[in-house]
Amino acid sequence: MAIYLIRRFLIMIATIFVIATMTFILMHSIPGNPFTTQDRSTSEAVQENLNAHYHLDEPMLTQYGIWLKSLVTFDFGPSIKQPTETVNDLLSRGFPISAELGMWTIMIALLSGITLGVLAALKHNGMIDYIAMTLAVLGISVPNFILATLLIQQLAVNLQLLPAATWSSPMHMIMPIIALATGPTAIIARLTRSSMLEVLTQDYIKTARAKGLSPAKIVIKHALRNALMPVVTILGTLVAAILTGTFVIERIFAIPGMGKYFVESINNRDYPVIMGTTVFYSAFLIFMLFLVDIVYSILDPRIKLHKKGGS
Amino acid sequence: MEKILEIEDLHVHFTTYGGTVQAVRGVSLYLNKGETLAIVGESGSGKSVTSNSIMQLIPSPPGKIVKGSIQFKGRDLVQTSKKEMRAIRGVDISMIFQDPMTALNPTLTVGDQLTEGLKQHTSISADSAKQKAMDMLRLVGIAEPDNRFKQYPHQFSGGMRQRIVIAMALICEPDLLIADEPTTALDVTIQAQIMELFSEIQEKTGVSIILVTHDLGVVARVADRVAVMYGGKIVETGDKDAIFYNPQHPYTIGLLHSVPRLDMQEAVLQPIDGTPPDLFAPPQGCPFTARCAHAMQVCANVYPPATNLSASHQVECWLQDARATRAASLMKR
Amino acid sequence: MERLNRPIETAVQQIPDEWFQPIEKDLNKAEEVSRPSLSFYKDAWIRLKKNRLAVTGLFFLIVLILAAIFAPILSPYSISEGALRNQNLAPTAAHWFGTDSLGRDVFTRLWYGARVSLFVGIAAALIDFFIGIIYGGIAGYKGGRIDSTMMRIIEVLYGLPHLLVVILLLVVMGPSLFTIIIALTITGWIGMARIVRGQVMQLRNYEYVLASKTLGASTARIIRRNLLPNTMGPIIVQITLTVPSAIFAEAFLSFLGLGIQAPNASWGSMANDGLSAILSGDWWLLFFPALFISLTMFAFNVLGDGLRDAFDPKLRR
Ligand SMILES: Nc1ncnc2c1ncn2[C@@H]1O[C@H](COP(=O)(O)OP(=O)(O)OP(=O)(O)O)[C@@H](O)[C@H]1O
Ligand SMILES: [Mg+2]
Repeated sequence: MAIYLIRRFLIMIATIFVIATMTFILMHSIPGNPFTTQDRSTSEAVQENLNAHYHLDEPMLTQYGIWLKSLVTFDFGPSIKQPTETVNDLLSRGFPISAELGMWTIMIALLSGITLGVLAALKHNGMIDYIAMTLAVLGISVPNFILATLLIQQLAVNLQLLPAATWSSPMHMIMPIIALATGPTAIIARLTRSSMLEVLTQDYIKTARAKGLSPAKIVIKHALRNALMPVVTILGTLVAAILTGTFVIERIFAIPGMGKYFVESINNRDYPVIMGTTVFYSAFLIFMLFLVDIVYSILDPRIKLHKKGGS
Repeated sequence: MEKILEIEDLHVHFTTYGGTVQAVRGVSLYLNKGETLAIVGESGSGKSVTSNSIMQLIPSPPGKIVKGSIQFKGRDLVQTSKKEMRAIRGVDISMIFQDPMTALNPTLTVGDQLTEGLKQHTSISADSAKQKAMDMLRLVGIAEPDNRFKQYPHQFSGGMRQRIVIAMALICEPDLLIADEPTTALDVTIQAQIMELFSEIQEKTGVSIILVTHDLGVVARVADRVAVMYGGKIVETGDKDAIFYNPQHPYTIGLLHSVPRLDMQEAVLQPIDGTPPDLFAPPQGCPFTARCAHAMQVCANVYPPATNLSASHQVECWLQDARATRAASLMKR
Repeated sequence: MERLNRPIETAVQQIPDEWFQPIEKDLNKAEEVSRPSLSFYKDAWIRLKKNRLAVTGLFFLIVLILAAIFAPILSPYSISEGALRNQNLAPTAAHWFGTDSLGRDVFTRLWYGARVSLFVGIAAALIDFFIGIIYGGIAGYKGGRIDSTMMRIIEVLYGLPHLLVVILLLVVMGPSLFTIIIALTITGWIGMARIVRGQVMQLRNYEYVLASKTLGASTARIIRRNLLPNTMGPIIVQITLTVPSAIFAEAFLSFLGLGIQAPNASWGSMANDGLSAILSGDWWLLFFPALFISLTMFAFNVLGDGLRDAFDPKLRR
């Protein structure tokens, strides 16, 4: 167990290192200098800040060292667009909002996806199964930005049921969360259904039935836990999908989260923000994958047998 | 002798994409108190479906008991409600499945799985349930039960897991134990130990056992009576000695011939030439006709009536008919 | 059955005596009753055909690809030039799907968009497939140290957030059809490589087993005829599911301003343009590209699901 965790931890560090290096190389391979040669005239003050922070006159290797150090100390320097702000300011302002959106989304996706998947599996080949799975394929087929626009158009503009934008009250949260959660819900529902179906044919379910346990107890105690194992394994990937989804959703709904800043920084070619945010996002996601692995190893008592990591 | 179980003309069908599978087509059998009945027959002959029917564990849909009755302790299990059936499962009738590697839930401790049936059916305290479970573990020959109680299935070997499964099945002291190929997935020495355990337990508890198996060596060792299934029907049934020393149905004879020697320990059924009947469209006559060396025209057209060779020995075969002289004489050789 | 419902004794007595003569027959004939063994693909195809949704998806995709090839040729309108007096027309007989803010025919642009979107999806899937086959094939075939090193690398790369890397690459390289495909494949091959490796290892095991069981000559044939198609199943499914995710990724990138640039169009860029138009009531500018993206993703997904079921050896009987 300990060995497994240490191994996973080292892989996590290696992955973060790869993305940090990649970011550095990519940004420095932009013709000219990412921090100076912008068509937008950057003010003297910003330029000085940047020079000070990135030591742009130093050799490349030193700059690389400084970049790595800024990661460890969590100091990503100033933004080009908003001279008075640092990347850290943007992160600390945007992250809590994005995190709130993300948390709600994943909770709702898990709850509704698992429920749908379990119902579909229990009523295998029945009406519920058919409807739930058709909805699920639809859910993964409609891109979230299209869904979001349709929601705004119908619920906010036509019916005037919900406020169209910003993030100021629970009512404001409904549409963004629906738009963002639909895809993950569909993925979870499909996965839960297929793994539940598989588990239900297992001998230990037959054994539990032969013991005279009630159907509810069999499903909850014996089937669900095993059926949800695959769902746990894709949680990391789902968090990644939701996170990239926030780029789109926050922009459409004008939610002042991290995703919105990130998209703006891309449009403005605000390289320090792009670099800082990318690495922050990546580290966050990679850490999530690591957490998911730990949770999985706690849930599955057999994990010690997996000498070569899960696959 | 008192009959504990009596199945009368059981028919079980499965409705699938490709059509209706007539998995069991008129099975009748009985079980006396305290005896062991072995059901043998090749893969797909309906052994598991028959034994699952007793427990009312036929997956439905697609499966359905379309006809017949299963009398157990004065009631018909086919007519019993789901709720009442749950009170019978695990308490009066227990069942063991083929593969001990998969019969235990990998994410729950052995102790939890042992006691949950007990807790479900009685108002026993957690402590005494645990006590009882440890007694059972001891009974099935697991050392250090208090340590083992907290462990997970993957921490046990295959043979030990099957012992746990047996302990689990016996913990509520059932009157009838159905074991569906309990040793098939185990290696030979473990098989012998497990069969030994069955005999021991039967001696101690007086439980009646239905044993589904491919292994004629096992039958020879532990069974009192044998039922031979083919194509969803019981083609021959009788006391162990009658089946082994005076088999009448060509399929039974084929089975016994395919075993090198009866006293050999690892006598496993070997396939007889040809393939089993298509249960989507079962033949109108005897299902064995296509593979039977003694087949007659009648066999293909009419299913043979049962012939009583003795009080306990029945066979369903046209060769028993007086008109089938030539073939009958062939068999007597 | 009917017969036996009569009193058995009389029924039995009525059976003619001749029926009790033994039949001389060839027992080997019994074998022929068994189902003829079909080739793997034929078998899978038969099962796929039973899945109505998957067949519908396949049919839709074939029509879509044909239309993407021929429709722009047949259309009287141009992709990049419109008539200014025709700005923002709602669907009419002349412009089936309406026109956009530059007076361009949406129907025509959609088919050019289909070319781009499908090209991105299919090209990304095929490149993933080739890299995956090479990487996964080498890892799976060589095994041992080489395999574990290569898998370690994959494990490290697997944690990378796919779309973030793609965004970063496009910020640097600048968006174009070519760079989008490059960016999508740079991380996309990893999933394919893992699957290929798993399948190759399985194949290798079979090879050992077979080599010991059969005489050398036929081993290669068995692998080619039976095992190779078998292991191709999951790979084909993976290709089928990579296409829609690449189409989605391109649409997503368009939304961030990193997709196909004007005057070229992809469904993603058209939908992105339509997003702002919808609030002024010009619904068709979003609706049709969105519909085509969704239908295509739907078709690929149901086809992928259908193929997975059709190839699943567990379902084979
Ligand atoms: N859930 C099901 N759906 C459809 N057909 C089924 C189902 N369960 C069993 N059958 C069919 O019923 C027939 C009898 O199956 P059964 O499992 O009883 O055979 P068996 O004698 O136990 O064989 P084995 O020795 O392989 O366990 C088979 O033809 C099988 O295909
Ligand atoms: Mg069976």
